[in-house]
Amino acid sequence: MSTNTDAEDIIATASDWLARGERVAVATVVETWGSSPRPAGSQMAVSETGRIAGSVSGGCIEGAVADAAKAVMESGAPQLLAFGVTNERAWEVGLACGGKVSVFVERLG
Amino acid sequence: MTPTLLAALQAARAAKRPVVLATRLDDGTQALLAEDGTHGAALPEALVREALGALADDDSRTVEHEGARWFLHVHNPPLRLVLVGAVHIAQALVPMALPLGFGITVIDPRRAFATAERFPGVTVSDAWPDEAMDVLAPDRRTAVVTLTHDPKLDDPALDRALKSDAYYIGALGSRKTHAARLARLSALGHGVEALARIRGPVGLPIEAATAPEIALSILAEIVAVRRGAAMVQQKAEGAAA
Repeated sequence: MSTNTDAEDIIATASDWLARGERVAVATVVETWGSSPRPAGSQMAVSETGRIAGSVSGGCIEGAVADAAKAVMESGAPQLLAFGVTNERAWEVGLACGGKVSVFVERLG
Repeated sequence: MTPTLLAALQAARAAKRPVVLATRLDDGTQALLAEDGTHGAALPEALVREALGALADDDSRTVEHEGARWFLHVHNPPLRLVLVGAVHIAQALVPMALPLGFGITVIDPRRAFATAERFPGVTVSDAWPDEAMDVLAPDRRTAVVTLTHDPKLDDPALDRALKSDAYYIGALGSRKTHAARLARLSALGHGVEALARIRGPVGLPIEAATAPEIALSILAEIVAVRRGAAMVQQKAEGAAA
């Protein structure tokens, strides 16, 4: 028996920001392999003024996800991001724990 | 996520209705599914079945359907925690349990204890424990902990908990108290296997002494049971032996 439900209601927080007129994107962990720190369903919300709530890792990839979230809230086109230790491209960020994680980023509203 | 879908998701969460949000990962196509229907994109029947399966398993996951990958995000209502006894340990336990995501009800027919002032932010019931438990109808997402030490209050609640699917049942009290309690519940018709579901003395053995420490040990054990931790499985086997 496992739940992936976050105690923190990230969608509610993101909706509040949206209601105040900010553009908002939400990132969701959709798949994990190995010892990634947050389970599928974990979420992070990002607003256009740079507010962040929640997390999609132990802090390793949040910066990169926030950058992608900014692009997604501009374009409206969702993105599927992949992070893992095997990625050696300089602009990509890896997980120190050795896991891999797939993160879906979408604009809210 | 479209404004319509976001509103439907928010409404479901506010009403504590279980739903699952299905998202096609290559283009962001979305639908919100519940037992009683779908909002958003029309989904093939096989995918609907998979989504409702994820909901039943309480397990968000990515599945492949006809060459496309879909993320099935389960939004279940909060786990519930029922505390019997609006006592000092309950006061310590509630503020620790809230950030863990529990929807909490405190039951105590002694009106001096069961006041909203002592328990801000949670539901307080001054009904008799068996009546209160009948209304709450604990399910497999509910934990029940008795804290009063008083058989008149604890026993009816434990009786109802044992008849339910509650995933965690704990009873505060020493080993001696617990043995006497099991004898009383046995007289009510509960068998050895059923009685082994009750965790008593309640909580992980961390030598907790103060009310907050006892609260911590209880919550740690509830989480451990929920997550299937090895330490509590051993304890359950030991209790049954």
